[in-house]
Amino acid sequence: MDRIPILKMGDFLLVTVQVDLYDRLAVGLESDLVNMINRHNARGVLIDISAVSIVDSFMGRILGNIAQMSKILDAHTVVVGMQPAVAITLTELGLPMTGVHTALNVEKGMELLKEKIWATNGVISEEDDNPE
Amino acid sequence: MIILNKETIKIETEQDAVFLRKRVTEYAAKIRMGLVNQTKLLTAASELVRNMLRYAGKGQVLCEVISVSVLQTGIRLTFIDKGPGIKNVDEAMKDGFSTGKSLGVGLPGAKRLVNEFIIKSQVGKGTSVSILKWKNG
Repeated sequence: MDRIPILKMGDFLLVTVQVDLYDRLAVGLESDLVNMINRHNARGVLIDISAVSIVDSFMGRILGNIAQMSKILDAHTVVVGMQPAVAITLTELGLPMTGVHTALNVEKGMELLKEKIWATNGVISEEDDNPE
Repeated sequence: MIILNKETIKIETEQDAVFLRKRVTEYAAKIRMGLVNQTKLLTAASELVRNMLRYAGKGQVLCEVISVSVLQTGIRLTFIDKGPGIKNVDEAMKDGFSTGKSLGVGLPGAKRLVNEFIIKSQVGKGTSVSILKWKNG
């Protein structure tokens, strides 16, 4: 069975979906990710879907599930790189992507994840407010 | 209306759905359908193939490239299965309705994504759903 690789980088898990998703692949990713979060005590999950040309209701729901499950396990999820055509289609399809954080690209997604983790850790970093 | 191309694709597994996606992408590229329209058509097709596999187990898809004028070409996909059929089609077309465990956006969502959507279903005999997406529309 095909699998989408999950990379561990510090507190984060990185997933780059380089193939077109189909149902079983998405379900596999969901369970693999949840297991990985648990095993590595990950605090953040970044999913790059820039190479994914379609997201339909099922795959959208899986992304939502991943976000919800990881939230229960105290990890944040950010989906990055959604193609504009996919965003248009998802909206017209009528799929509410509630609870899924998104960012334009991997860089911005990582920033968002770090911010979120700092916020939950209660660390107020003054440096961020006044970048040099 | 002229049918420029016609092909039947059998759907039995999820892999067949991936193959269908590839074929439709090829046809869309051939008629130079825009990326947004192409994505909408593929997403609608993906919803309908899932329904077919989930409720009927298998079926077939008729892919047609059709043309009504030099400017207006499009792709029509007809999903035919011999599954249990849909008891109440009007109900099934409503947002949020599902007899399975899904979100119930599949059928109404697919309809919103295409230019023409025709559904026919007979309980015990099967379902046929035909969708059409124009190149510019």
